[in-house]
Amino acid sequence: MSPLLEVTDLKKYFATGTSKLLHRPTGQVKAVDGVSLSVEAGQTLGIVGESGCGKSTLARILTRLIDVDSGSIVLNGVDITKLRGAGLQKVRRDIQIIFQDPYNSLNPRHSAGQIIATPMQIQKTVSKKDEVLRVKELLELVGLNPEHYNRFPHEFSGGQRQRIGIARSLALQPKIIVADEPVSALDVSIQAQILNLLEDLQRDLGIAFVFIAHDLSVVRHIADKVAVMYLGKIVEMGSSKVIYANATHPYTKALMSAVPVAKTGTDRKTRILLTGDVPSPIDPPSGCRFRTRCWKAQDICEKLEPDLMDRGDGCVSACHFPEIKA
Amino acid sequence: MNSKVPLLSIRDLQVSFNTREGLVRAVDGISFDVEHGESIGIVGESGSGKSVMVNAILRLNFATEVIVKGEILFDGVDLLKLSEAEMTRIRGREIAMIFQDPLSALNPFYTVGHQIGEAYLVHHPDASKSEVNRIVLNALDKVGIPEAAKRIKSYPHEFSGGMRQRIVIAIALVNDPKLLIADEPTTALDVTVQAQILDLIQSLREQSDSAVILITHDLGVVAETAQRVMVMYAGRAAESSTVTSLFEAPSHPYTQGLMRSVHSLENSSRGSLKSILGVPPSLINLPGGCAFRPRCSHQLGDQSKCNTDKPELRLVGKSNVACHLPDEIIKSNSVSDV
Repeated sequence: MSPLLEVTDLKKYFATGTSKLLHRPTGQVKAVDGVSLSVEAGQTLGIVGESGCGKSTLARILTRLIDVDSGSIVLNGVDITKLRGAGLQKVRRDIQIIFQDPYNSLNPRHSAGQIIATPMQIQKTVSKKDEVLRVKELLELVGLNPEHYNRFPHEFSGGQRQRIGIARSLALQPKIIVADEPVSALDVSIQAQILNLLEDLQRDLGIAFVFIAHDLSVVRHIADKVAVMYLGKIVEMGSSKVIYANATHPYTKALMSAVPVAKTGTDRKTRILLTGDVPSPIDPPSGCRFRTRCWKAQDICEKLEPDLMDRGDGCVSACHFPEIKA
Repeated sequence: MNSKVPLLSIRDLQVSFNTREGLVRAVDGISFDVEHGESIGIVGESGSGKSVMVNAILRLNFATEVIVKGEILFDGVDLLKLSEAEMTRIRGREIAMIFQDPLSALNPFYTVGHQIGEAYLVHHPDASKSEVNRIVLNALDKVGIPEAAKRIKSYPHEFSGGMRQRIVIAIALVNDPKLLIADEPTTALDVTVQAQILDLIQSLREQSDSAVILITHDLGVVAETAQRVMVMYAGRAAESSTVTSLFEAPSHPYTQGLMRSVHSLENSSRGSLKSILGVPPSLINLPGGCAFRPRCSHQLGDQSKCNTDKPELRLVGKSNVACHLPDEIIKSNSVSDV
């Protein structure tokens, strides 16, 4: 069976700066630079990476909020990369997005009911008469009081607002939802509530998720498969069970080791401490992009960009010197 | 100096704001001590009053609408009774602060060298240019900025987020403060950079024997950097103990809930997380009695003290816990798997 969403060699470059003489951009930010991935129906793909690695750009490309420079997005067997107008509108029923910030992603002048009903009005999926009923149903589904459909976003807390955003994304009964850092703006105790809600929804409705986060532990909790991004490229991808148990890419290893653990007695000495920050994506290092911060880097890393190679257990990793256990 | 007197001693601090909607009790009766050279972590969710409390120590954000009660004794002197001029001498010299967002903490119009030098000159007005220059270079060096002599003339926008936070730390440390307050110093940073900055704060503390108050919402950060922890909820202390006993045996129902909500890297189970039900209360109309009661899983019934009395910290086992539950229940809960 072919996967629900299959993405091949996506590239998105943003122009930066303008030369006064030639009226041409002087540089390019290679935000997403050759990303391929696939998502099975009813499964969750987690995408992790630090700020500037291109994960949000990827979310916007997948949902067709911005156009891609090259590559293809195939949803359910249909190439949606170049769709426009009515064709694109039809695709939006199948793929929806949950935004990071529950404060800016809801219109403050619309009631919760209006916000959730808007997708159904645009797509004309529900008659006017059933609309309120359906909105109440959705509110209940995401754990809000259905009688609150007349309330405005400012009357809800951050976690409740995110639930409204989730209800909106569910309104059209999509097959896949791209969640762009859906819990990073929330408190820990509320994060757990929202993660549980997303898992329940997946179990009950069979929705697939692309779950984007900078927090490795959140992704571990929710994802079946995980992809680690660095400067616009996937550096390691595979079943989350295998990767969390045995990461082979130095960056994945460092990322995991950097997460503070809510436990005492952890030895800080064994931590891999990367030096420096993520380099600018305008002028990424030659060869392997991680080599400037990598402790294993050698000459070949500067000259040759490593490809994603199967490491033998179904996972892929892009490194000349992967840490594969003998 | 008498070593028996704690460096900082906060006694029944209350900070409230008069708003159109009513009186907001952001900090509602907190007491704690910080010893010389000690590192204490303050954990809480947004709105728990942790930032308001540390701002009160430095008397920042004190507008006319603010009502402050209690005592903040620093080296035995009540900071709340000092004149503004006396307070200025303490700010930045005796007590320094690292803010959450390094970009808005720095002035974009001045070079970083100027800004670090300014922090020194405020307290050493007679310092010569070359002395300031030497101090600034030394400070940049200490926080790990490479090629300090060159970067001294750079502006904040020429640095990355992690480097900016290092500069904010350099400003805070330039006067060798006795107490360093770090208000979510790594929240705005990526996780690999966060590890670097926490490491830096830790090693600077070990070198200088300044005391550190670290505010965070991340239990992991506290576990790795602090010696003692206070957990705040709705403007009050819910639990206070050493890091070891807090993480080995969290006692307050809220602390336990927080620990269960944390999805750990090591725990691979995909089962649902045990979240705390409900949301933090509004600080305007706090329920009488225990503020955590509406979300608590061990309620003692409507007629109990939970409904009527605010619990005070008391010693149960190894932790100070603000909870009305009988000791046996708290102890038995704390050993259950978390």
